[in-house]
Formats: sequence, structure tokens, C-alpha cells
Amino acid sequence: MNEELIIAGFGGQGVLSMGMTLAYAGMVEDKQVAWIPSYGPEMRGGTANCTVIVSDTRVSSPIISSYDTAIVLNQPSLEKFESRVKPGGTLIYESNNILNPPTRKDINIYAIPATVEANKIGNAKTMNMIILGAFLSKTPLVSVNSIMEGLKKVLPERHHNLLPVNEKALKRGMELLK
Amino acid sequence: MGKKLLMKGNEALAEAAIRAGVKGYFGYPITPQSELLEYMATNLDARGGVFLQAESEVAAINMVYGASGTGTRVMTSTSSPGFSLMQEGISYMACAELPCLLVNVVRGGPGLGTIQPSQGDYFQAVKGGGHGDYKLIVLAPNSVQEMADLVYLGFDLADKYRIPTLILSDGALGQMMESVEFPEYNVEEHLVDHSSWTTIGRENGREQHYITSLHLLSEKMEEINIHLQDKYKIIQKNETRFESIQTEDADILIVAFGLSSRSSQKALELAREQGLKVGMLRPITLFPFPTDEIKHLAQIVKGILVVEMNAGQMVEDVHLSVGNNIPIDFYGRMGGMIPQPDEIVEKIKDLSKQVKI
Repeated sequence: MNEELIIAGFGGQGVLSMGMTLAYAGMVEDKQVAWIPSYGPEMRGGTANCTVIVSDTRVSSPIISSYDTAIVLNQPSLEKFESRVKPGGTLIYESNNILNPPTRKDINIYAIPATVEANKIGNAKTMNMIILGAFLSKTPLVSVNSIMEGLKKVLPERHHNLLPVNEKALKRGMELLK
Repeated sequence: MGKKLLMKGNEALAEAAIRAGVKGYFGYPITPQSELLEYMATNLDARGGVFLQAESEVAAINMVYGASGTGTRVMTSTSSPGFSLMQEGISYMACAELPCLLVNVVRGGPGLGTIQPSQGDYFQAVKGGGHGDYKLIVLAPNSVQEMADLVYLGFDLADKYRIPTLILSDGALGQMMESVEFPEYNVEEHLVDHSSWTTIGRENGREQHYITSLHLLSEKMEEINIHLQDKYKIIQKNETRFESIQTEDADILIVAFGLSSRSSQKALELAREQGLKVGMLRPITLFPFPTDEIKHLAQIVKGILVVEMNAGQMVEDVHLSVGNNIPIDFYGRMGGMIPQPDEIVEKIKDLSKQVKI
């Protein structure tokens, strides 16, 4: 097993933390992992993306040209990364933020209205966990337990009261793509 | 080995330095290295050392000079423009034979450039960098694990040879997270007795210790130069380190260090899937450079491809090692761009055609 994915969106959407949570979860399950952000001068509002690799064997390169999965949370990211999904790969996008949907026919495409779902749960910031849940139901890379272990590391301790709502969001996302 | 942790390269390097017994860290913030300084600011004082944010890189390197004169483990870290500012102090330390650990988390230049990763400081790192005839030991990690491992080695070599040792990293290795395990390392067992030269106060009328890089008599200065060159020869003989990957049956040899060796490793795997026999030689020490190993491999392979994140710097050292015996091709990206595996595969194919494989 070797999953190479890109997660991309606006800064503040939880792009980097989603990737980091997944990387932690992979490590909890004793897999080889790499997380590499596209870091830039931009902060909130600018574009942000990270590559995550979870593998049974040594990760050769954190720098990759094409991806098994792209998770995109805004229009500029879709335009940048749709063409870089491997044929037969997966593209998951946040359908409330993306007006012009992807058009490729040779990949699996899933639209997730994660912003609306997160608001239903009562915490808009769990949008990233809904998307992550949707991804995991199609590509069961790691268990929910491992994700929650990872989230404990990524969320500062003062926010650990938010772990249950994040778990709820994760499971809601999994249901959406069952 | 200890527990597996997920850390940024910059943080792993800082943690390893504390575990290796660093007692003084002097630095000035600059992206993409700042997490290293921040980690030291948060942790070093509480764990028995001194963290000091200097007013500039020039001040920081001179603080390292002074503190190193006590024989304790000291370090600084910066990124490219900051490393240029430090060159005068580093030259002084090389001459005064003071051990220390330097870290350059390289970003794209020239000038203030970008904050994205680069290997454009290779020449500066391995050919001296400042004025005068001197060398640093230069270590090139290619993973978060090595960002930690080479710190221990760096301090040990610095102490053993009384020489500033440089870890040449880059912005991506500094910023990315991978799992890392910190090895067992007993600091006391690794410390070297420096009491024959340190300036920590004279006791019992012992002879005066005098640390300087100023020698006005040219005869004396030449003597010191000869001594330094002899030392570099010993280092060249004893401390060369590299990794060979699938070189046994290779037709094409990639030579790459640091982050570009990771892209190249992926390219190697992709090319092998297409039936091309590719191997890789990855220098871990850039000085001393693995000249003999490359020379040896050049007799086996049909062509060499050097991959770097610059306009072609290490490729000159490969040419010096191999001469004109076989074709040497180069692929590089500059200014913060990273060579992509599929781009490297294309270069491998071009070279394969050229040497008629």
C-alpha cells in the first residue's frame, strides 16, 4: 500500500491540519509517512496545500508529480490539481466552494457538500474532518481510532474539548460516501 | 532507539542538538529555518543550555566564536542570506580551529530570493565560503531522520577535528514532517577533552591559551595553512560518507544529494519500472566528497546524470572526479523550484539514448 495525496484549499480551511492528522494516524499504525506543506508568505485567505504520503514501505520522495488522490476545497486548487490525478485515481471536492466542477472522465470524482454538513453539526470548522471522513470511506488507509489519536496531537490541548465534535464530523463524512 | 515521533525537519534537528549536549545556541530568525530557532527558544534554557537571539547573523556567529572558545558544544542556524552574513566569522573560526555546528536551511537565491528550497549554496558550503583557504565538514541530510542523525555526527566530527561542521539542508527538509527516532546517545561518552586550548580562566599558573586568527608574520601564517591543509587531507581520507542505491547493475548513475536525491530516488524507481537500469550515488558528506566511489562507479556505468536544485554546482565536482571518460549530463531547477521525478525520468531516457542503451 502506497497512497500519495494532495490536499489543497484556502488557508484557514484546515488543509494543513487535515494532512497532518492523516500523517499522524499513519504513523500510529506503524506506516511510513511524509507530510510536506507548500509553505509561502501567504497566511489566512491565501492558497495552501500539502502532500501526504502513507506507505507500507520507505517513502522514496515527498516530491511527487502526480497523485492517487486529490482533495480540493476551492476553485483555484481544483484548476491546479485536477490534471495531476493519476488515471483511475480519486478526486474529492468541496461542492459548496466549487462552482465549476471537475470534468475528467478517467478518474473517480466525488462531490461533498462539507460546509453545509459541518454547519448542520454545529461547528463550521469541522468541514475538513467531514471531507477526511469521506476520503477514508473510499480509501480506508487508517482507522477512525488512529485519526482520533492523530487529532489529539494536532489540536492544541486547550481545544481537546472539540475532539467529540470532530469525531462526529469524521463519521458523518464517512456516511456521505458509503 | 526511542519512540517514533512525527516532526518537522527543523524541529528534529533542534531536538537532536539538545540531546547531543548543545550548551549554547545563538541565532537570528529567517524563513525557512525559524522553527529551529523557535524550538531552541522554547526548550534549550529549560534543558541546561543558553538560547540567545542575537541582533543579527553577524553577531550570532561571533557569539558562537566566543562561546566555542570555552570548548562547549555550541551552534547557530540560519538560511542563505543569513549564512552569507556569517562568512567572515566562519573563516575566523576555521583558522582558529574552533569546533561548532552550523546549519544552513537553504532557500532560493541569489539575493534575498525566495523562501522556497534550493541547493544554490553548494559552492559556498564546500569551497570555503568566506575568505582564505579553508574547508568545513559539510553534511547533507535527505530526510527528517537524517536531519537528526547528522547533528550527532556533526558535533562529534567538529570536536574530533576542531573544525566548524555545516549541515547543508534546504527549506523543504526543514518544513516537512516525517517520522523520526532519536538514537541512544550518551553525551559524556562523546565529549572530547579540549582543556589544552580552551580559554576558561588560567589556573595554577598554567601557560596562557590564546585563540586568534590574526598572525601577522607570513611564515607563521603559512605554517598554519599547511597544518589546516594536512587536517583536511586526513578528513578526506577518513570521513567520506555516501549511500549507494542499486548501483550493482546500473547503466545510468544518478548523483544527487539532499532533497533532490529524494526526487531522484522516485525517478529511479519509475525508470526501473520501464526497464532502465538506474542506480544512484548519494553523497552524505559534500566535503569530503566521495570522489573515489564516483570514479569507481564511472568505470561500470555508461552515463552519469547529476540532479541538483541549482544551476549546476556539484556537477563540477563529479567532473573533477571522473574526467571526460563518460558522458555527464545535468538536470537542475533553480530559485526555489524542485526537480520533479517525471522530469528526471525524461532526462534519464535522453541520456540512455545518447549512450545507446
